[in-house]
Amino acid sequence: MFELRRLTKRYGNRVVLANLDLEFHAGRATALIGPSGCGKSTLLRLLIGLIQPDTGEVLFDGEPLAPERLAPLRQRMGYVIQQGGLFPHLTARDNLGLMPQHLGWSSKRIQARIAELAELTHFPLDGLERYPQELSGGQNQRVALMRALMLDPEVLLLDEPLGALDPMVRFDLQTELREIFQRLQKTVVLVTHDLGEASYLADEILLMRAGQILQRGRLEAMLQAPADAFVARFIRAQRSHSLESNNADPALAQGDQA
Amino acid sequence: MTPQPGAVLRRGSSGHRQSLFGLLPSALPLSGGSVSGLWLLAGFSLLLVMLAGCSGQGDAHSEIRIGSKKFTEGVILGEVLTGLATAQGLEATHKAALGGSRILYNALRRGEIDAYVEYSGTLMHEIFAGESEAAFEEEGVQGARESGSPMLPPILIQRLAADGIRIAGVLGFENNYALGMPRERAHALGIARISDLLDHPRLRLRFGSEFLERADGWPGLAAAYRLPQTDVLGMEHELAYRALATGAADLTDVYTTDAEIAHYDLVPLQDDQGYFRRYQALVLFRLDLPERVPGSLDAFDPLIGHLDAPRMIQMNADVKLGGQTEAEVAAGFLRDRLDLDIAVRAETLWDRLLRTTLEHLVLVGVSLSGAILVAVPLGMLAAYRQRLGQGVLAMVGIAQTIPALALLVFMIPFFGIGAAPAIAALFLYSLLPIVRNTHAGITGLSPPLVESALALGLPTRTRLWRIELPLALPMILAGIKTAAVINVGGATLGALIGAGGYGQPILTGIRLDDLGLILEGAIPAAVLALLTQWGFERIEARLLPRGLQSRDG
Ligand SMILES: Nc1ncnc2c1ncn2[C@@H]1O[C@H](COP(=O)(O)OP(=O)(O)OP(=O)(O)O)[C@@H](O)[C@H]1O
Ligand SMILES: [Mg+2]
Repeated sequence: MFELRRLTKRYGNRVVLANLDLEFHAGRATALIGPSGCGKSTLLRLLIGLIQPDTGEVLFDGEPLAPERLAPLRQRMGYVIQQGGLFPHLTARDNLGLMPQHLGWSSKRIQARIAELAELTHFPLDGLERYPQELSGGQNQRVALMRALMLDPEVLLLDEPLGALDPMVRFDLQTELREIFQRLQKTVVLVTHDLGEASYLADEILLMRAGQILQRGRLEAMLQAPADAFVARFIRAQRSHSLESNNADPALAQGDQA
Repeated sequence: MTPQPGAVLRRGSSGHRQSLFGLLPSALPLSGGSVSGLWLLAGFSLLLVMLAGCSGQGDAHSEIRIGSKKFTEGVILGEVLTGLATAQGLEATHKAALGGSRILYNALRRGEIDAYVEYSGTLMHEIFAGESEAAFEEEGVQGARESGSPMLPPILIQRLAADGIRIAGVLGFENNYALGMPRERAHALGIARISDLLDHPRLRLRFGSEFLERADGWPGLAAAYRLPQTDVLGMEHELAYRALATGAADLTDVYTTDAEIAHYDLVPLQDDQGYFRRYQALVLFRLDLPERVPGSLDAFDPLIGHLDAPRMIQMNADVKLGGQTEAEVAAGFLRDRLDLDIAVRAETLWDRLLRTTLEHLVLVGVSLSGAILVAVPLGMLAAYRQRLGQGVLAMVGIAQTIPALALLVFMIPFFGIGAAPAIAALFLYSLLPIVRNTHAGITGLSPPLVESALALGLPTRTRLWRIELPLALPMILAGIKTAAVINVGGATLGALIGAGGYGQPILTGIRLDDLGLILEGAIPAAVLALLTQWGFERIEARLLPRGLQSRDG
């Protein structure tokens, strides 16, 4: 579905993504994980064409993401940004209806689709008339997800869709997301900071550090054969605060900013 | 500004390349309540503009428009001319207290008024200063020698004719310049002649602004006598008298017909070097007036040669010290000197308040509406075209740095006098807050939201109308509110160039030292500013969707 060829992205003279060759396959869910600032969000932005690579290219369905094709291509992708990105001046319902309205859907069709998605994400119907600031964090995340799903896109790009949620809501949403991914057979690229969540939601994990891919595969493979010392440390840090091992070295739990 | 992901996105991606025309809404969105509110505002503005356009057009063809200068004598004489025309059954309006000599002369030349009273010396030494002054002088002096009284040099009449203007005749009095000092102080210092001032370099001189700058005023006088004083300030002529009375000043310029000379017991200093020129009052009119309004010239006839200096001084005193209106005084003169009976339109306080309120509202409404219609698109343009934007912001910024008073005067060559130049100046003045806030509102949009809108695949135009403008709306409205409040205050200056409004009672109040009149303008102006502020807060509450109102509000 997506192909990155010798792709480099710089901000100023700082290299954020270095010479990546990467593929995301249709119908599969991939989780991007790695320390803060390693380039995960940047990678998603490149996939949806919000920024352009400095060298190399991004192919979608075998064709380069050319600026003039972007708008229609974006309708085939659902994107949820890190902060949710709901428009504060529109109610949840209007946020959802924005794009279909632009495409000329009948209001009946739009309302039917909203009802369908509200059920899928267990979103309370009375919340639809509220503005984002009147909804809880978890409800906001759901609306953002619903908005990404409105046009039934082939691709879902989710940047920490469950970030900053309380564990119970997070657990519920994880279950719902997994159900959605499996049922709808979408191509999914999602960013998370939680290895368990990555493993639960995705078919495959992609561990990044400082703009490079360290290891790609299933969690079990990573646990058994970490590609290098950093991967091992990263895994250990992730488990340090879980219930079974509360005695890990706190210095290791800081992650790695280098 | 530090680079933010969204800021980079905005330029790198497909958007923002359409012309502004492409940004107009194709169809009003179903639920874009806030933006359609903006349209409503725009529509309302347009209506106001059109209304103003209609109301401004009087029947200019059968009507004589009398102008007058911005001092009591000028206004009285304007009333006299108007009364004369009315008594002849002609239709006449008085555009009172329009400004200084140049403003009046140019208004006459351009046909914005048909007649007013001017002084011969002002024409020769101020209006035509530097043109053929020497010739005026020579002919004038020669004429005076021959006839024993100052004469109007033929060359002046030719010069006026070149501007399409003629002299109907002289009124019969002179209103000359003199320097006046409180009698006691003059005695104490031993000053009787202007030359005596040479020995008193520390005197505080307070002149009317016009005298301070006129070629035939202070600059020429100081040079002719080599006067050494340095503490010289300009102020409203009327206020200078009060400064003398309270001891805050030592010397001012006086007009020889001023009622205050007697009232404040001033002595005019003897002009021992014969510097001051002579200023005969005369009626100027446009050459096309008799043709356009038959009988109009005859109307002025009874006045010619029939108004002497004592009577003029008396009339000035009746207004300034006796508390009569200029119209009453003019009617009195017409009755007992010329046997003409005219009804004095007595304007009650409420009539006047209603009129000034309407005038003020038109000034504010039209200029502000125009500014909204122009500034919001300009601000958008500035936001979407970086480089152009800098230019636009700089330009409206410069307009703002021009002092309001100067801007007002700069507009006169383009729009004449009255409401039009005031509206133009207020319009320019209102641009900056709106342009700047629109620009800031759009460029300051939260980057994640801009990114979201782009990622949805919405085209530029839809993004603008459904996302970016509504999100910027609070900022834009705040800009409009600021502009409106500034505008309400600024509009009081319009009265300086004949635009009316609340500034007019204020100016007249200053001229007549009448606190009541000043308050009659100042209080409504303050109330209107508060109402504007309050009104815009209501509009904001109405237009902003719940989602954009602060949670704890
Ligand atoms: N617009 C920008 N200008 C300059 N530097 C940027 C910009 N956007 C991102 N960066 C830098 O690029 C690097 C990668 O950023 P990115 O947002 O992709 O990180 P991330 O992996 O998503 O981090 P997090 O987990 O904290 O979201 C960071 O060091 C960031 O500071
Ligand atoms: Mg990120």
